[in-house]
Amino acid sequence: MAVQRSGESSYQIEGVYLGQTAAVVGPKEGEGPLADWFDRIWPDEGTRYPSYEKAEQALLSEAESIALDKSNMTWSDVDVVVGGDLLDQLITTNFDARSHSRPMLGVFSACASFTEGLALASLILGQGGPSTALVTAASHHLSAERQFRFPLELGYQRSPTASWTATASGVAVLSTRRSDLRIDSLTIGRVLDWGSHDPNDMASAMAPAAVDTMVRHLEAMGETQAHYDAIVTGDLGRFGLTLAQHLAAEEYHVSLGEKLQDCGEMLYDIQQQDVHNGGSGPGCSAGVFSGYFAENLRSGRLHRILLVATGALFSPKSYQQGESIPGIAHAIAITRQEEGQ
Amino acid sequence: MGIDVRNKVNPDRIRRFQDYANRIRPQKTVGINLAWAFLVGGAISLFGQGVMWAFEHEGFSSQAAATPTSIVLVGMGALLTGLGWYDRIVKRGGMGGSLPITGFANAIVAPAMEYRSEGLVLGIGAKLFTVAGPVLVYGMAMAFLVGVARYLLGTS
Amino acid sequence: MTFVWAFVIGGLMCALAQWVLDNSTLTPAHVLVLFIVLGALASGFGVYQKLVQFSGAGATVPLPGFGYTLVEGIDQAVKQKGVLGLFSGGFTAAASGIKAALIFGLAAALIFRPKA
Repeated sequence: MAVQRSGESSYQIEGVYLGQTAAVVGPKEGEGPLADWFDRIWPDEGTRYPSYEKAEQALLSEAESIALDKSNMTWSDVDVVVGGDLLDQLITTNFDARSHSRPMLGVFSACASFTEGLALASLILGQGGPSTALVTAASHHLSAERQFRFPLELGYQRSPTASWTATASGVAVLSTRRSDLRIDSLTIGRVLDWGSHDPNDMASAMAPAAVDTMVRHLEAMGETQAHYDAIVTGDLGRFGLTLAQHLAAEEYHVSLGEKLQDCGEMLYDIQQQDVHNGGSGPGCSAGVFSGYFAENLRSGRLHRILLVATGALFSPKSYQQGESIPGIAHAIAITRQEEGQ
Repeated sequence: MGIDVRNKVNPDRIRRFQDYANRIRPQKTVGINLAWAFLVGGAISLFGQGVMWAFEHEGFSSQAAATPTSIVLVGMGALLTGLGWYDRIVKRGGMGGSLPITGFANAIVAPAMEYRSEGLVLGIGAKLFTVAGPVLVYGMAMAFLVGVARYLLGTS
Repeated sequence: MTFVWAFVIGGLMCALAQWVLDNSTLTPAHVLVLFIVLGALASGFGVYQKLVQFSGAGATVPLPGFGYTLVEGIDQAVKQKGVLGLFSGGFTAAASGIKAALIFGLAAALIFRPKA
């Protein structure tokens, strides 16, 4: 176990491994192209719960149980839980933690909370602290709509750049116990504000942060994009992907091309499912990573990926007061250990 | 203490990025939106006219018919909202669904349904007029100013 | 004939509101406020009355018609009660619409649950 700093906020990690992962998603996500990769798909948005906030907690706790079952672990094997969500005062994460009562670190980077959790857990595990961490993130479309937009039944037209908060949760077990997938390195992002004001266009607010973190990570590690099979952003969506590719190429001379993928763009069939720019929310990157990417790493179809989830850091109050929307992105590189290594 | 220069981003870079984003940002389909707003708004108004005509047929004067007509339309809007259909009408029709009085009903009924989970008083009671409130406040304020002006000018 | 005009005028007013919404940074709430204020203003200048005369519900069903109702209500109250009517007028005229929405809203809250 070791953590070695390299550059301003990048760290090389040794001896921390990605164990089992689990993803539970809502019905709309279950109709998307990634349906086969999720552990469980809910038949509805959780109408059996008295509120959608409670449904979001259940979504999270189901994914946690599945991840623990897959790992043959019980809650007492978990040294620390690092998790985040979108709702005020992290009620999803914290209220869920009432039932498991494990040591809890709540984190918030909006939709980048999952990568913040992975990065934080890797750092503390890598320095000989706890030896097993559960990293979690969840979001629910309807509870997010209630908090950020309008009452559900109030009619309004979504703008073409608006994203669709995913009903999804993702959980990953990080451990110092050896497994096939190794946490390789990470970069802690910084908050960038390039003056975006439109809460219906988070792609413009987050793309600069994504590219900044990505480029700083590659520089600090002395790598190029060729070192990765995929560089995966969280919820830039279709528009944001174009922006990030352009920004990286024009301003930083990094040509990402097909390597750059986006969880929000992959989660839905954007045309058929009418989600405009694509999926968003902490659960989006958490679910797509825990379901799709982690499985592809395990099966060996992917060998090395850089997950760079982004978050738009605004509250309903901040944009009503005319504040611009800052963005943040944290990067984490995961490598598959080949035989004999 | 200033901010570390390493974290400063060249303002030209930001401007170039915003220019590019503005150039390629997916746009609203304004023409189609206008056509749908016209059709939906027109259809609701036509329906309103039909209801009004029916009440006039029943012996209401054309002025007196306005009150029951608005109650019927508000009832329709409330029912469609409750069934979860009104947001679909607005999704297509935009302002064609929001501007008519049925949309006003939607603006009151939607929060009423929504905030039930926060309780009868602080949920429904406090949030019922979240959306319709501003309309009433400024509509009433403007009507008051108009009334004052007319009173002073003696055109009332 | 009023039926045709009801459709055309009601539709045009909504299309105008949609145009304002799509070509500005205003939210729907801002546009609604703008249109009720415009309706009240137009009534003050005596323009809206003419619109109501020939297009009926086409002018009274969209929100500017609500502004018209408020202005007319104040007008009548002033005629009856003098200056006090300035204060008592508007709400009386708008009462049926608002109260209906309120009652139906409460009823819907008890019967229905918000869906996706």
